Amino acid sequence: MRFRDHRVVGEIEELAARYRDAGADELVFYDITASPHGRTVDRSWVSRVARLLDIPFCVAGGIRSVADAEAVLGAGAEKISVNSPALSDPALITALAERFGSQCVVVGIDSQTVAGNGGTRWEVHQFTGDPARSRATPRDTLAWVREAQERGAGEIVLNCMASDGVRSGYDLLQLAAVRAVCEVPLIASGGAGAMEHFRDVFRAADVDGALAASVFHLGTIAIPDLKRYLTHAGIEVRP
Amino acid sequence: MSDVAIIDNGGGNVASVRYALGRLGVEAAVTTDPALIRGARRVILPGVGAAADAMQRLRAAGLDALVPTLRQPVLGICLGMQLLFESSAEGDTNCLGVIPGRVSRLAGGPGLRVPHMGWTRLLPVQESPLLAGIGADGYAYFVHSFAAPVGPATVASADHGGPFTAIVSHGNFHGAQCHPERSGATGARLLRNFLELDG
Repeated sequence: MRFRDHRVVGEIEELAARYRDAGADELVFYDITASPHGRTVDRSWVSRVARLLDIPFCVAGGIRSVADAEAVLGAGAEKISVNSPALSDPALITALAERFGSQCVVVGIDSQTVAGNGGTRWEVHQFTGDPARSRATPRDTLAWVREAQERGAGEIVLNCMASDGVRSGYDLLQLAAVRAVCEVPLIASGGAGAMEHFRDVFRAADVDGALAASVFHLGTIAIPDLKRYLTHAGIEVRP
Repeated sequence: MSDVAIIDNGGGNVASVRYALGRLGVEAAVTTDPALIRGARRVILPGVGAAADAMQRLRAAGLDALVPTLRQPVLGICLGMQLLFESSAEGDTNCLGVIPGRVSRLAGGPGLRVPHMGWTRLLPVQESPLLAGIGADGYAYFVHSFAAPVGPATVASADHGGPFTAIVSHGNFHGAQCHPERSGATGARLLRNFLELDG
């Protein structure tokens, strides 16, 4: 269970403690405006959150170098997630994996569905945090997933843009297609609106984790209820 | 309780381990100073990264000879636990050799991702004060590609395409393949149990 946070920094600790106490298994802190504006996240909060949390957490946003990653990991984060900077400079993935090990290196991918005559395919988007700069790249999602793994990514977070924010379920078709080429842990993102959506994505796409934000932020789904529901559905989760 | 030394092995989880002890009210020293380590009541050897690099760092600090001579309770975490064994298949590395056995790569297979990352149930193998208060619902957080086989020193195992050692005790040397610093209440209890061991 993950969340991503679009709120101001001051609320991060309170929110982190709340999700810790609710039984979240992992937290992801996104600063989605970091890359488009050419700045890095304000990192003073990372060590404060690290003191607070007794579950793993990942920091995403504006990590462009080994030094950026070192600062975040040294402050106590388990993982760093790279997205737009890795598209501009794929060698960043390799450098991060060599320095810190693949288990620290998450590659986030914003992927859009393209319907065409040859059937459905998916393309990678960049700078999605800023509507003015968000753009499609020439990269095919499945090819990028393969390349990211070859370069040492230890986990893929696939954000399916067509379903993101709609809350009508994860993009099972796309996630299953990515699963077929993804040998490292795969985390589904985008579309969670009800408890059955979580059940469906674990069953249909064999993902290793399901990330959600708004349903937890808004209180639509309580994490303890969701865990009980998944356990009853035969999906193993930490109680 | 005080006087806990965390060996600064350059691993990414040193800060996390220190914070986890802080949540238990213990201020630990992060150090490579042999005198501080020898004099501590408890020594923790964390580690995230590659076995050969980690052994090289220990050698550079002169700690590869020191650690095996320690008499107080020592806890290796993740790679730190693997280093307590005789050798590792990761880079075919000679390790500290205080616990018999060789660390090997997780097999993986269909539906089994390597690295193994996530929450997995601890399966008690034998009675140990390290497991006090950790029930059958004890899930711990794992991140690793290599693991030690189940052997006579295994206290708890976990399963990822086959059993491997999750928690180990051999004399005063103990280890956790999981990350107790990031394993919720179960991990906190494991750390507390280690701090409260006799010795």
